[in-house]
Amino acid sequence: MNKRRRIISVLMENEPGALSRVVGLFSQRGYNIESLNVAPTEDDSLSRLTLTSVGDDLAIEQITKNLNKLIDVVKLVDLSEGSHIERELMMIKVRATGSMREEVKRSVDIFRGQIIDVTQSTYTIQLLGNSEKLSAFIDAVGETIVLEVVRTGVSGISRGEKILKL
Amino acid sequence: MEMLSGGDMLIRSLADEGVDIMFGYPGGAALHIYDAIYRQDKVKHILVRHEQAATHAADAYARVTGKVGTVLVTSGPGATNAITGIATAFMDSIPMVVISGQVPSDKIGQDAFQETDMIGVSRPIVKHSFMVQNPADIPEIVKKAYYIAASGRPGPVVIDVPKDYTAPNETYEYNYPESVSMRSYNPVQKGHSGQIKKAVNAILAAKQPVIYIGGGAIHGDTPELVTKLIKTLGYPITSTLMGLGAYPSTDDQFIGMLGMHGTYEANTAMHKSDLIFCVGARFDDRVTNALDKFCPNAKIVHIDIDPASISKTIAADIPIVGPADSVLQQMLPLIEKGKDKVDQPALESWWKSINEWRQKHGLYTKNRFDDQSEMLKPQEVVQAVYKATKGEAIVATDVGQHQMFAAQYYLFDKPRKWVTSGGLGTMGFGIPAAMGAQMAFMDETVVCITGEGSVQMCIQELSTLKQYGLPIKIININNQALGMVKQWQDMNYDGRYSEILYEDSLPDFVKLAEAYGHVGMKVTKREELMGKLEECFAMKDRVVFMDIYVDPDEHVYPMQIPLESVGDMQLSKTERTA
Ligand SMILES: Cc1ncc(C[n+]2csc(CCOP(=O)(O)OP(=O)(O)O)c2C)c(N)n1
Ligand SMILES: [Mg+2]
Repeated sequence: MNKRRRIISVLMENEPGALSRVVGLFSQRGYNIESLNVAPTEDDSLSRLTLTSVGDDLAIEQITKNLNKLIDVVKLVDLSEGSHIERELMMIKVRATGSMREEVKRSVDIFRGQIIDVTQSTYTIQLLGNSEKLSAFIDAVGETIVLEVVRTGVSGISRGEKILKL
Repeated sequence: MEMLSGGDMLIRSLADEGVDIMFGYPGGAALHIYDAIYRQDKVKHILVRHEQAATHAADAYARVTGKVGTVLVTSGPGATNAITGIATAFMDSIPMVVISGQVPSDKIGQDAFQETDMIGVSRPIVKHSFMVQNPADIPEIVKKAYYIAASGRPGPVVIDVPKDYTAPNETYEYNYPESVSMRSYNPVQKGHSGQIKKAVNAILAAKQPVIYIGGGAIHGDTPELVTKLIKTLGYPITSTLMGLGAYPSTDDQFIGMLGMHGTYEANTAMHKSDLIFCVGARFDDRVTNALDKFCPNAKIVHIDIDPASISKTIAADIPIVGPADSVLQQMLPLIEKGKDKVDQPALESWWKSINEWRQKHGLYTKNRFDDQSEMLKPQEVVQAVYKATKGEAIVATDVGQHQMFAAQYYLFDKPRKWVTSGGLGTMGFGIPAAMGAQMAFMDETVVCITGEGSVQMCIQELSTLKQYGLPIKIININNQALGMVKQWQDMNYDGRYSEILYEDSLPDFVKLAEAYGHVGMKVTKREELMGKLEECFAMKDRVVFMDIYVDPDEHVYPMQIPLESVGDMQLSKTERTA
């Protein structure tokens, strides 16, 4: 069966220990997590967690079933099953000296990023987009000048009127 | 409104939940709770000799009664000693609540004396856990814990209670909730009717069907409903180790246990079947053998309360999520209505094959074991125990060859009589489990079938048995070795016996039993076996330790051949299936 990357979005009780149960499930059952982020929602009794994982249909089915079994998980959706929007924020610090300063700036413009901090020899750039775009940017500037990369991991939301809510 | 301290609220909540017995062991972080126990007489506390035993006893209490077992331990070593028993209950889906003391809230995270992160340590082996954050929440947490442990797919729940939250100087309004509802936890109550119709059609159309039941078939009214179904259809039924007793083992339609040490006829029938109707079992590796060779022609209908157990290892063609009893309840009228569709000639010839397999290599054919040999055979010991107890005892076991012989040769006709650690295979389970079962049913005969290896893992409980007058009968099938490991070393390691013998260090179990104030008896000869067993079971109010010496070279057969199909078995030391 072919493997695909899925984005699973989870609403869970904002309780101590809830996050460790989700993360623990993945290591316990040998599922992979590519990225994970979690933050409170507009309802402060709930947090929303988004994780991406790569697997075939059977593996993903087991992941969603086991997540649903966790008592703290209230609701979840595999966003990749429908049309959705995904975004990830990256902050990247690159060495930028001499002619590279202009070149990097051009790439930042092409990728619609922003330079958010500058020193004589570095730029810190902020970039928003889907994960592929962020990776493409790193390729474009060239790994040799990259000093540090911070990515938030994917967040996602369904398109249209569909919502994940209680 | 009544004002109670956290400790009093905790014990009072247990009483209001209907808990009559808890198994535990005190220590610093639990002292306020123990003081609360002292102040009341509704909840009886059984003082074990090791926290592992408390968990196994509570687990067995749950297995035989269908109620939730309750454990109380202190923090740190008390909590970690409970882990093996929690894992045992988790693997077998046994409802249990484990309350652990914790260091005071202001010391958490400081490596305080006897601090262990119990929530963290137990996380992968609990259904859920609660850390008390506010003493006022205790009644609600207790209510939720018992609800979660018992409902849906049952399992152990941990409540970790910081010491200061149980202190007597602060009191809170006590109010035990009548019910709970949790937005994030709503176990399925009924099966999907469309799926049920599809399942019924597939079941009725089968020509070579097998019903395969597991531990999930023990719950609620499932045993009666399964029996009704089997009697209506005339189909063969097999059971996992965990499901034994849900359907009467002495009935002709029961073809024995399946799996690694299942009967020839059950494993062969599974392999050749065209339809497997699984009720509350989980296609685990001790049943399926190699997944890619599993029952090549079978359509699979699978009822389970836990969706994650469906299509986990073996894909189900017709999955039904729901409690086995309510799903069967929905199914039975449809089966009744459609039963004329069953292809009777096909079923007859299916039974003819099964009966041929049964006669060829069944457990009761000649030569399964040599009952004329010089040394006693473990199988005949189990058969003799079966006879001496008229098949009516509650039987707890340890883990090893003796456990498999017990599963094969003690025929359970009723559910909740068979208490064994199936999923985790925990040596040391036997004595404490028998203790918990006896505590639940003081008037029943409770037998612990064990081995000289396993029995030494919780032997200290002989003392608890004495204190509470729990007259279990211990049948120690003494093969002077870690027999099951030895069997594997015989079969897979050319008989290189690595660390399975005790040299001359085995204790004199008779004297040991006597030292604890019990009766000990040693049996070495066939002629004395039955007589001594009868003597043993006649001592209604005594613990009797029967140390029965058996042939150390006996193996458990049939035994599935690794990496092959369900139906590929070693049948004896010299024969195997084609
Ligand atoms: C706690 C624990 N440790 C190790 C094992 C592995 N193991 C399974 S069976 C067995 C031998 C058991 O010996 P005994 O209790 O004498 O039973 P026998 O097989 O000889 O009947 C061992 C070591 C286990 N199941 N549980
Ligand atoms: Mg042994």
